[in-house]
Amino acid sequence: MATMRGLSLILSVLSAITLLWTELGECNNHRRSGEVVDTDFSGFSVPLEHSFEMDDVPRFRLRGALQFRGGRENSVYLSQNQLSEKDRNTLKDVAAVDGIYRIRVPRVSLQADWQTERRSEGYLSAFVRACSLVESNLSDVITLHTDVSGYVIGISMVTIPGSCRGIEMEDEVDLELFNTTISVVAPVTAPSPETAPFIERMEQEMEKKGKNPQEQKSFFAKYWYLILGGAVFLMATSSAQTPPGGAREQS
Amino acid sequence: MAWLVVRIAFSVCLLYTALAVFEDQVGKFDWRQQFIGKVRFALFDTHSQASKKLLVATDKNVFASLNSRTGDFFWRHVDKTGPEGHIDSLLMDGQDAVVVIGNGRLLRSWETTVGGLKWETVLDTGSFQAAALVGVQGFVKYVAVLKKTAISFHDLTSGSQIWVENLPDSDSVQYQTIYSGGNGLLFVLGVVPNSHIVIVEYKMEDGEIMNKKSVEAAWMSSLESSCAVISSGILLCVDPITQSLYTLLLQSTEQKDMKQIHLQTLDLEVASGFQPVLTSTQPNPAQPPLAEFFLQLSPDHHILLQHKDGLIAPLRDFSPSNLVAFATTGEKTVAAVMSLKNDTACSINLFSAETGRRHLDTTIIYHMDPSGGKPNRMYVHAFLKKDDSVGYRVMVQMEDHTLTFLQQPGRVVWTREEALADVVAMEMVDLPLTGTQAELEGEFGKKADGLLPMVLKRLSSQFILLQAWLAHLWKLFYDARKPRSSVRNEVTIETLSRDEFNLQKMMVMVTASGKLFGIESKSGTVLWKHFLENINPNSVFKLMVQRTTAHFPHPPQCTLLIKDKDTGLGSLHVFNPIFGKRSHTSVPALPRPIIQSLLLPLIDQDYAKVLLLIDDQYKVTAFPSTKNVLQQLQDKASSIFFYLVESSQGKLSGFRLRKDLSTELIWEVVIPTEAQKIVAVKGKRVNEHVHSQGRVMGDRSVLYKYLNPNLLAVVTESTDTHQERSFVGIFLIDGVTGRIVHEAVQRKARGPVHFVHSENWMVYVYWNAKFRRNEFSVLELFEGAELYNSTVFSSLDRPHPPQVLQQSYIFPAPISTLEATLTEKGITSRHLLVGLTSGNILSLPKIFLDPRRPEVVSEQSREENLIPYAPEMPIRTEWFINYNQTVSRVRGLYTAPSGLESTCLVVAYGLDIYQTRVFPSKQFDVLKDDYDYVLISSVLFGLFFATMISKRLAEVKLLNRAWR
Repeated sequence: MATMRGLSLILSVLSAITLLWTELGECNNHRRSGEVVDTDFSGFSVPLEHSFEMDDVPRFRLRGALQFRGGRENSVYLSQNQLSEKDRNTLKDVAAVDGIYRIRVPRVSLQADWQTERRSEGYLSAFVRACSLVESNLSDVITLHTDVSGYVIGISMVTIPGSCRGIEMEDEVDLELFNTTISVVAPVTAPSPETAPFIERMEQEMEKKGKNPQEQKSFFAKYWYLILGGAVFLMATSSAQTPPGGAREQS
Repeated sequence: MAWLVVRIAFSVCLLYTALAVFEDQVGKFDWRQQFIGKVRFALFDTHSQASKKLLVATDKNVFASLNSRTGDFFWRHVDKTGPEGHIDSLLMDGQDAVVVIGNGRLLRSWETTVGGLKWETVLDTGSFQAAALVGVQGFVKYVAVLKKTAISFHDLTSGSQIWVENLPDSDSVQYQTIYSGGNGLLFVLGVVPNSHIVIVEYKMEDGEIMNKKSVEAAWMSSLESSCAVISSGILLCVDPITQSLYTLLLQSTEQKDMKQIHLQTLDLEVASGFQPVLTSTQPNPAQPPLAEFFLQLSPDHHILLQHKDGLIAPLRDFSPSNLVAFATTGEKTVAAVMSLKNDTACSINLFSAETGRRHLDTTIIYHMDPSGGKPNRMYVHAFLKKDDSVGYRVMVQMEDHTLTFLQQPGRVVWTREEALADVVAMEMVDLPLTGTQAELEGEFGKKADGLLPMVLKRLSSQFILLQAWLAHLWKLFYDARKPRSSVRNEVTIETLSRDEFNLQKMMVMVTASGKLFGIESKSGTVLWKHFLENINPNSVFKLMVQRTTAHFPHPPQCTLLIKDKDTGLGSLHVFNPIFGKRSHTSVPALPRPIIQSLLLPLIDQDYAKVLLLIDDQYKVTAFPSTKNVLQQLQDKASSIFFYLVESSQGKLSGFRLRKDLSTELIWEVVIPTEAQKIVAVKGKRVNEHVHSQGRVMGDRSVLYKYLNPNLLAVVTESTDTHQERSFVGIFLIDGVTGRIVHEAVQRKARGPVHFVHSENWMVYVYWNAKFRRNEFSVLELFEGAELYNSTVFSSLDRPHPPQVLQQSYIFPAPISTLEATLTEKGITSRHLLVGLTSGNILSLPKIFLDPRRPEVVSEQSREENLIPYAPEMPIRTEWFINYNQTVSRVRGLYTAPSGLESTCLVVAYGLDIYQTRVFPSKQFDVLKDDYDYVLISSVLFGLFFATMISKRLAEVKLLNRAWR
């Protein structure tokens, strides 16, 4: 029994880890450079392409493959290639002239059932400054945004840190591996006016009032002694003052 | 106890934000102007000689009665917008005005003196063709309404339907006109294009068809445009191709063909390509029309003809003559003829309709506004003078919708600028400095040239100031001797100058008709107007202030981008917003359609902001395009980004400027159009200042705002309109990087969505399709407890997404527009200005729209002054900034900061225009109107003297003590 419990515990922990894994899709980097990423995954995959050129004319090359897994939550996994020696140098050169680094993905739907229907015309693209990518050691965050029906509508990319300080990168720093955090974000549902909790709260207030009989009493019931006292005091003072006035009147 | 505290806090909050106008402040700093729109029908009340009434019906579905002596309203009725309230026809008889509304849906009769509704009848469905008053035995008793397939006959006093008859062969015959000569018969005339005319004769009592005949007329395509009925029931038509007139006696059964009269026999000729127009007149619906009629042969050539014994004879040839109109008073019918003398003057003359003879001393010479276009229509009001001669007044409608009322011998009685009923864009521009201020300003503007010249310069400017002050004093003294009523502070273009607190500004308004107005904001006086001719009616306007008044001696400069909706081709109109004059700057030629325009913060050497225009090939044109500007653009090219929206494809894309002024695509977001379509994209206002970087929380920590100036709010509506599945999408997208900062879906919601995007928040209003109510939702973005980079904001370097808070509320009123107040430095708390469809403008404190309003009150939220959450938004009548001055059909609200931090200028425009000031945090920087200067100064002086005296006394006392 105990072992069973232990096992289930482990299992749950494991599933939590895998969930985390799929949610964040913390990317590992295959060291098989130049190889086309295998796509025999459950779900489907689309290419993620990038471009960084000295003349700033986009020429997109494969950076990796985005693998989507079907199911309720849109989990995504990115397997990407290593930057080649040539690419690294180009990237550094582009960074030196403050060029831009672009990425793009084709427009896809995560919900459609048929592979043929997933793809639409065109691409979604984003960019960062190449220098910030270099200075952050290729650590970036890529977010795919979907609309209500599961279509990918936009891609965004930021590097952490995002600034370009212009510091000289040492040659030893390996610009080989991307350290990418990738996620899919669906639109959040905006709240509606919350009438039910408000009414509930009002009712609670009313109940509280009802429970406390002190507050139920009227003003006179609560402070009758003060009013009476005040009245007596007033009468006493006014009666005490009359004789002198009356005396003066007589004189 | 806690509840009590909360309540007190709440009421204190309300007290703090309470704003209303006191009774004696009414009209002190606000004004309203009411309009009617472009006049389609205008009728003078000829019932009695002394009547001042003028009934008008307009394209804005307004039915009003104007005082013809002053141009003011007696009353005005604003009907529904769109085709539902469209006024099809206006007829008048005595005290009754009969109106057909909504493509023949309703028939209404109004009492014209007070504007009360006498009766209303719902008509059968069917598209409206014509309506006419029908008289019998000299009295008008009925009204007939012709629809496409049926004719109905109504009693004029009660509106009750007497009979309704289906028209014979209505699927092939187009019935277009009704005619009745007051002899108990009603003729309905229809045409089968290029084949024949159909005439159906009805008996007036029961709608029985007495006779039906068809007459060959192979040349005719439309009855309405080419025919008229003259004298005792003769149909007269004109054919431009054969150059001939055709006549047909309606009642006769013998005549089987139309009688042809060649125009050549009358020595007349129609100008080529011109559709001749026949104008006849029927002064009394119970009597047959006159035998005289006008024939227009070319745009400036009319002829008065007479039909007598089956023959047509010309009475008088009017050349040039641009407009003609008949008018009747008593038994006399006259014809007024307007002819243009030159571009700015025209003359109107009166002629007898029967003889064509000119009435003596009836010439009106009218000097037109050179910037007002051509006269379009003329409405004549004739009356009998004491000596039984005919006098007349004329209302002229110009191309720019202006109404001008003229009297003999050419006096303009009043003018109404009806173009202002449709304002599409506006800006407020500071007024220029006074001469003396400019003098001082000029001193600082010049370069220093030695010590002595500077001293001399200063002395001279001080002397000028002294002179101006003395002149001012003298004027005060001079004015004080005059009776108060004769001292009038009339604003003219010469006396324009900025006031102390910059509360008076120039409102530059662009109207849909293409007329520009410069209106002084304090009194609402139109100081200049400029009509842009040759503007397509469905053009899109974008008004930009390129140079403000701050750069003396350079004049301020506004640029209007006019874009044709169909072709997309644009043109620029550059003008001085203070005087309305066109600037003599070279405007770039724009051969390709313009898809985006942006005003850069870069300025050229003359302090004009640079305007970039992007055409459909993504080529950039700069204006002004001097060398200096191009150099600056090259230097800054890598930091100039812009976005484009293609709502038909749901595509948003970002571009960056290159050094050679070409552009490159850098990001793309595509929102599939199958599910939703983009309805609006809005950035933030450029002249907005945010005073505080964050909000202080209850625990004394700071929650920093996410203040991204490049943030775009994109609103989409679902294509599925089912109430359960419809939604409104809200996307916050960075305009530089294309990053989707936030994406939310409001479920079961529908448009129209109105929204304001400002500071770190966005407020939007939508229709909740499930609960059938309007709801407000507020989104606020925060960076968190720490700022990523506190010195500068860059979209390229802000990796962490902001925290988004959102809350929604019920708003118990329909909304037509939304705007936020704006102040000079942004210290004053913000209010939302909500234009309600009822015509009120609600000033709603932003404190009520705060997503941090807590469900349960805590110590910290109380510390922060947060109002506990309540789902329903309150509407207090004292929050209506326009008290009882409702603004009909508010379409837009414009806010502008003034020189006072507490004050924000507001202009609401729609059918009416309303201008006022609002004080969102009350007038904290202004002394009240009833501030007691006398008391405070007497107290001060009193205290001063008391100190002096007591000091003296104390000295004496000390001295005395020393002697003792």
